[in-house]
Amino acid sequence: MPKELWKGNEAIAEAAVRAGLEAYFGYPITPQTEVLEYLSRRMPELGRAFVQAESELGAVNMVYGAACTGVRVMSSSSSPGVSLMMEGLSYIAGTEVPAVLVNVMRGGPGLGNIAPAQSDYNQAVHGGGHGDYPRIVLAPASVQEAIDLTVLSFDLAEKYRMITMLILDGAIGQMMEPAEMPEMKPVHRQDFDWATNATMGKRERRLLTSIYLNPLDEEQTNLRLLNRWKEVQANEVRYKEYFIDDAEIVIVGFGTAGRVALSAVRTAREQGIKVGLLRPITVSPFPTERLSQLTGQARAFLVTEMNMGQMLDDVQLTVRGRVPVEFYGRPGGVVPFPDEILNEIKRINSAPTAGHTDARDAWLTRMTAQV
Amino acid sequence: MTTPANNLVYERPEAFTETPTHYCPGCTHGVAHRLVAEVLEEMNITDKTIGVAPVGCAVFAYNYFDVDFVEAPHGRAPAMATGVKRVLPDRVVFTYQGDGDLASIGMGEIVHAAARGENLTVIFINNANFGMTGGQMAPTTLPGMKTSSSQNGRDVETQGYPIKVSEMLSTLEGVGYCVRRSLHDPKNIRLAKKAIRTAFETQVRGLGFSMVELLSTCPTNWGMTPVNSLKFVEEHMIPAYPLGDYKISDAIKQIKI
Repeated sequence: MPKELWKGNEAIAEAAVRAGLEAYFGYPITPQTEVLEYLSRRMPELGRAFVQAESELGAVNMVYGAACTGVRVMSSSSSPGVSLMMEGLSYIAGTEVPAVLVNVMRGGPGLGNIAPAQSDYNQAVHGGGHGDYPRIVLAPASVQEAIDLTVLSFDLAEKYRMITMLILDGAIGQMMEPAEMPEMKPVHRQDFDWATNATMGKRERRLLTSIYLNPLDEEQTNLRLLNRWKEVQANEVRYKEYFIDDAEIVIVGFGTAGRVALSAVRTAREQGIKVGLLRPITVSPFPTERLSQLTGQARAFLVTEMNMGQMLDDVQLTVRGRVPVEFYGRPGGVVPFPDEILNEIKRINSAPTAGHTDARDAWLTRMTAQV
Repeated sequence: MTTPANNLVYERPEAFTETPTHYCPGCTHGVAHRLVAEVLEEMNITDKTIGVAPVGCAVFAYNYFDVDFVEAPHGRAPAMATGVKRVLPDRVVFTYQGDGDLASIGMGEIVHAAARGENLTVIFINNANFGMTGGQMAPTTLPGMKTSSSQNGRDVETQGYPIKVSEMLSTLEGVGYCVRRSLHDPKNIRLAKKAIRTAFETQVRGLGFSMVELLSTCPTNWGMTPVNSLKFVEEHMIPAYPLGDYKISDAIKQIKI
């Protein structure tokens, strides 16, 4: 297919349609609304299901119902709306049905604002709904990657009977870039042996539930989820590296923060600084193994995020103090400029920290002095 | 001499599993379940039916009906059923919800499923309290009624007034069939069954949202014998929640059962 100019949110919507999306349920919220708007026209013209729900609670539970029948289904929202969906996500996880959820993140907490942010990393990767459950989380850094990962998310969700989330900040949702769409894939309903689509007189009845009243049964369910997660960790880690071969300073950043960091890395390289970038694409499963390898090569890490340092914790858990980890973030809906990250690279290059100062504390001190 | 076969007056409907229910003695959930199962069997739709269970006493409804079932989060059954029905429009989808589930936490979901005219059938059990969690006040609890969370009796000044769900939903255009029946005596049970049949006929014909509200007993949490509970329905519930046809669209009035 030729490249066309696509807006991020609409690109995700069309990519999902081409991946065989049979049902979409959503609710308006900025900066995600174009996904809903686009599909309100596109889904009916293909004879597929579209409902603008009464709330995100309604939307996620419609997703849950459709997911139980084994069709490809998704919803999309933005930070406050995703918070409302957490109940449903926990149930979907506990019931082990596949579903895709897109979070076009904005500044928070609370009502926050509608500017691009990455402050829902922890909610997506570590928490959110109640109970013990893993989930796959993909973080695109461009419109093209948003398209590709949307298609992939359905395959992963079905393969592992697991929620797959796409987290992107509002910038990627709102901006237009040239991108290539995949071919239209015909809707193919898989004959899953768990789907509750009515017996039609041909099989025993099926039940889909997240209730395991006997704690020993729930424990077995938790362990089954964890074992499945081990497979995900072994097979599905994805990341991209830039200028990493001889890098002495390694930046770790995802989504837009990673992309801005790449601009800074390019400039720093022109100035002879040996800096590279590791950009996790699957923030869950996290590229722990690769990061651990790089710990043997780098003399310092710099984590860049559009939040107060959420992925930072995962990097520190992996690096385990073997080399200094530094942090630079812009929370609240602020997108860092490449110059800001370049300054951080230069600072670390000229005066590496001893590594005994808490990365977040040190950053907070610098930020407070600036403002 | 008659053989047992042609002397048979009562048997388990085919839409039931052989699982004994967990419901308390005297509770009318069992009656409501049986009516639904009989209707599914009579309409020959058991094979293509998908049930949506609530959170509440009927959380285990899925153990008793021999059809595919999903188990919704508290109050979300109408949304979940919407998801199922929209991708499988040729299947029969019903929710079975109590008054805590439907009229309290799930009020948003039920109102909007009804407003959209989703082709779903809702069996709504009104027993004026939260049964599963031990008899707390529900939106349907009668004024002055003592529950474990309105121990001095429901004070409408501070705890509000009962919600009449059938009356409220009947104002919505998307609703095809919305009636209230009671399960307190054989005559009313027969009328309830006919209503449940009509509700499923509404769905099968694509005539919009259908709901049957069933006034039910909760002897355990009401602290009454089963017989006194039935009397309580007749003497106190029905005056507060009048039985009747709140909405029957013209197309549904033509249905002959």
